[in-house]
Amino acid sequence: MAMGLRDKIEEVAGRYPNRRSAIMPALYLAQAEHAELSGEVLLEVADVLDVPEIWVYELATFYDMFHTEPVGKFHIQVCTNVSCLLLEAEGMVAHLESRLGIERGDTTPDGLFTLSTAECLGSCDTAPVMQVNYTNHENLSARRIDEILEKLRGAVGE
Amino acid sequence: MFDKVLLKNTDVPNGHGIEAYEAAGGYRAWAKVLHEYQPDELIQLVKDSNLRGRGGAGFPTGVKFGFVPKDPALQKYLCCNADESEPGTFKDRVIMEKDPHQMIEGIAIGAYAIGADKAYIYIRGEYVLSIERTEAALKEAYRKGYLGERILGTDFNLEMFVHCGAGAYICGEETALLESFEGRRAQPKLKPPFPAVAGLYESPTVINNVETLACLPHIVQRGADWFRGIGPEGSPGPKLYCLSGHVRKPGLYELPMGISLRELVEDHAGGPRSGGRIKAVIPGGVSAPMIPESGLDVAMDFDSLAAVDTMLGSAGVIVLDETACVVRVAKRFTEFFNHESCGKCTPCREGLDWAVKILRRLEDGRGKHEDLDQLERLCGSIFGNSFCALGDGAAWALRAALKHFRDEFVRHIDDGRCPFH
Repeated sequence: MAMGLRDKIEEVAGRYPNRRSAIMPALYLAQAEHAELSGEVLLEVADVLDVPEIWVYELATFYDMFHTEPVGKFHIQVCTNVSCLLLEAEGMVAHLESRLGIERGDTTPDGLFTLSTAECLGSCDTAPVMQVNYTNHENLSARRIDEILEKLRGAVGE
Repeated sequence: MFDKVLLKNTDVPNGHGIEAYEAAGGYRAWAKVLHEYQPDELIQLVKDSNLRGRGGAGFPTGVKFGFVPKDPALQKYLCCNADESEPGTFKDRVIMEKDPHQMIEGIAIGAYAIGADKAYIYIRGEYVLSIERTEAALKEAYRKGYLGERILGTDFNLEMFVHCGAGAYICGEETALLESFEGRRAQPKLKPPFPAVAGLYESPTVINNVETLACLPHIVQRGADWFRGIGPEGSPGPKLYCLSGHVRKPGLYELPMGISLRELVEDHAGGPRSGGRIKAVIPGGVSAPMIPESGLDVAMDFDSLAAVDTMLGSAGVIVLDETACVVRVAKRFTEFFNHESCGKCTPCREGLDWAVKILRRLEDGRGKHEDLDQLERLCGSIFGNSFCALGDGAAWALRAALKHFRDEFVRHIDDGRCPFH
């Protein structure tokens, strides 16, 4: 494990009265470093914190924001909960499926985009809403989505 | 025009910074508390204000503070529940992004009241800007000596930091939040013991919602009588309402309680969008049973909504117009509850899974009349047999949709398709 990550985990663990409490922040740090929480990464987090591996595994598999499978460079999550549903969120998902050529839940073959649906993102007054890597995009329309996709592709020099 | 209290700083440029907060009188309440109040006097002040929790349950905050044992040898904690995930709700996010110091000052006051020298803010992981702004505000507050050791020349110490959630609605439930903080799967725990007696690490802990805590500096500065004078006796104080759905002016509104839902939706939020008619309104996040148009004259306060078998909850007000399909909405919120169920209890875990399967068939036009009876039976199995409010809320909300709009469910069955799509 990179020394930088081990040090970061130790630093955050120092805030909590016990090591187990630091597993969530440690998983965030490990995910930022490794992109996906593979079995080896989980073992190493358990090793740094000196906790049973199962404690790390059970959190990595419980919380939606921890990814134990690979995710595209841009993770697009479209809220389809009630307020967004009422304002055509399903149409936004269908538009993205068509533009990206994948179905919800999948990743594009080039590894650039993963498309998911999400639960309420807490921006209901600007529905429909999506997050791209945890940046919110509000008041969506087909056109705005196309603009956002173009910007994202442009950012990786496509 | 209601004089804004909680949202007063949110339009100020850089209102989230400490300079703006102090310029508007911020942290004076904290100084007043430290220098002029004993903890039990402060608890009495909060009791006198009749502040009720704004997270969903509406429990009197002063009473909750009073449950904490007074023994100074015990470690105590104050947890700010910033896990806002109830669909239709975004009030806490606005406070954190635009006025985080108001929340921090409120947490500090609450911590002092219960004798806690450690306070944690549990912020849902998706709220990236809230986390950023809160952490920056904490740094500023420490730098100015409002947090840390020997605060403002007193012997009170307070450590405060952010713990990030990672995408689990159930962490909004207070015992699940504590489990999550301790590094466990977020499964609710049996009460009693209540957190005020045995919470975080088995120590006395009070968990409060962001908006509830944000009220505290104002109560200290302007008094319990002032607070009680806003809105009805049983539900005093300024209230944030989140308006969304088929309404002309969605957004966050700060108003007293006691106004009618009709006034809120039609007068303040502009009424149904472009020539539509309101079919129903969800008054307090999706856990709150929907109210059909005929019921919109109900007063928006804790007790009036409880009396009509719904709740103020998180004040997530979602408007459905006549184009909305209630079956589809009910399917979607049942899918939400099923997804977010922690899995511990059979009635919730299995019952919601089954309900989703039935609702999906109904929406697809493949439902049978027996399905409606089965959904009723499932609601009956879950409600009251749930370990926590997630299952109860799911059953309550679904039952209300079936009760008020049974005709829409029947049409889906008889037509063999959704009549709205």
